[in-house]
Amino acid sequence: MMSPTGLDSQDAISDEIAAIEAADQHAGTVEHQPRLDYPPYRSSVLRHPTKDLQLVDPETIELWAPCYGHGDVDPVEADLTVGTTGDPIGERIVVTGRVLDGEGRPVRGQLVEIWQANAAGRYVHQGDQHPAPLDPHFVGAGRCLTDESGVYRFQTIKPGPYPWRNHHNAWRPAHIHFSLFGTAFTQRLVTQMYFPGDPLLPLDPIHRSITDAKARERLIAGYDHSLTTHEWATGYRWDIVLAGNLRTPTEAAGGDR
Amino acid sequence: MTHLPATPGQTVGPFFHYALSFPGDRDLVPPGSAGATRLHGTVVDGQGTGVPDALVEIWQARPDGTVPREPGSLRRDGWTFTGFGRSGTDRDGRYGFSTLLPGPTEPGRAAFFAMTVFARGLPDRLFTRAYLPDDDAALAADPLLAALPEDRRHTLVAARTPAALSFDIRLQGPEETVFLRYAGP
Repeated sequence: MMSPTGLDSQDAISDEIAAIEAADQHAGTVEHQPRLDYPPYRSSVLRHPTKDLQLVDPETIELWAPCYGHGDVDPVEADLTVGTTGDPIGERIVVTGRVLDGEGRPVRGQLVEIWQANAAGRYVHQGDQHPAPLDPHFVGAGRCLTDESGVYRFQTIKPGPYPWRNHHNAWRPAHIHFSLFGTAFTQRLVTQMYFPGDPLLPLDPIHRSITDAKARERLIAGYDHSLTTHEWATGYRWDIVLAGNLRTPTEAAGGDR
Repeated sequence: MTHLPATPGQTVGPFFHYALSFPGDRDLVPPGSAGATRLHGTVVDGQGTGVPDALVEIWQARPDGTVPREPGSLRRDGWTFTGFGRSGTDRDGRYGFSTLLPGPTEPGRAAFFAMTVFARGLPDRLFTRAYLPDDDAALAADPLLAALPEDRRHTLVAARTPAALSFDIRLQGPEETVFLRYAGP
């Protein structure tokens, strides 16, 4: 089904999404990570590997991760609402949570990087042609280190949804991009955090590339009134679990190798 | 021991450059400094076209095989080798690093750069390895290379050119790079 723009319609994309989900249910397939071969996300068609990922035992270097320290990240980088001559437009929010490994242990002192659109749905990027206003007081990129409990915390502006050209009338749900490191290279994660109750989520082929509904839920932050502050900002909580291999405690204590 | 389900990945999207790039991101050592080697290549799609909005990261041992434990990748001081680098691709899909050659982390093992690849259109990051081409005996004994069909092994071994190491990343196609998933919990 083609639209006047020559692009597929949302109905056509939604039908493809539903057909993949129905086939999975029929086959009993449950995948917790996005499917690399997911045609409803059109730009993935020529960019995904067609051969199975090769199972490998991680070697020494892959069981360690880069180190970051207070010389790498200034604390002010965790506040995306400051750093220019004025206040950005939009709904001020706090986003915080814990970074954990698969055993529930905090990932301490590790780098978290985020980037996002402004309140109008526009990125500070020359490739973003969406005719929504740039905000001279908002760049939309931040960093922090997790603390001793694995907690990260950012203050920012709630991003707006924005259109893209995957199909006709395609809109991305509001999201914040997250980049994370664990204690091992194998835990490297880049993902997107979404907001609760967003009506665009079921229509979005990027979120739906995670074909399991429970796994998709893991990318949706919770509104948390205990994080909301009087006459200042609303609060969202989102915990992150890094998969992958871990050094055993003896190896971890073993020093420089 | 409880096992928590992992948070799923998502594509890096098209607009990461202004957030993930930083001065000196691809220069683990200053270009032209003693021991500096250029590691470079092209990220290509299933039609052999360069991918202009990809991001490549490397993580590696020092030349003596030890694992760097020093911070400082984001604010390089020109002296500290942190073992981590990040390079976006240019409009032709080319990435490049200035770095040191990693040594084997254990005697007799094949040395490699651990590598992560991100791109718009790639729903999740990919892991791979770029092996150094020099030690034939170590390469022959490597468990990963040995587990691969012979016609795919070369996709993981960097090529030596007079002044550099060259390693192309083919996301799809007959010469598709071998990408990895790690055994474990």
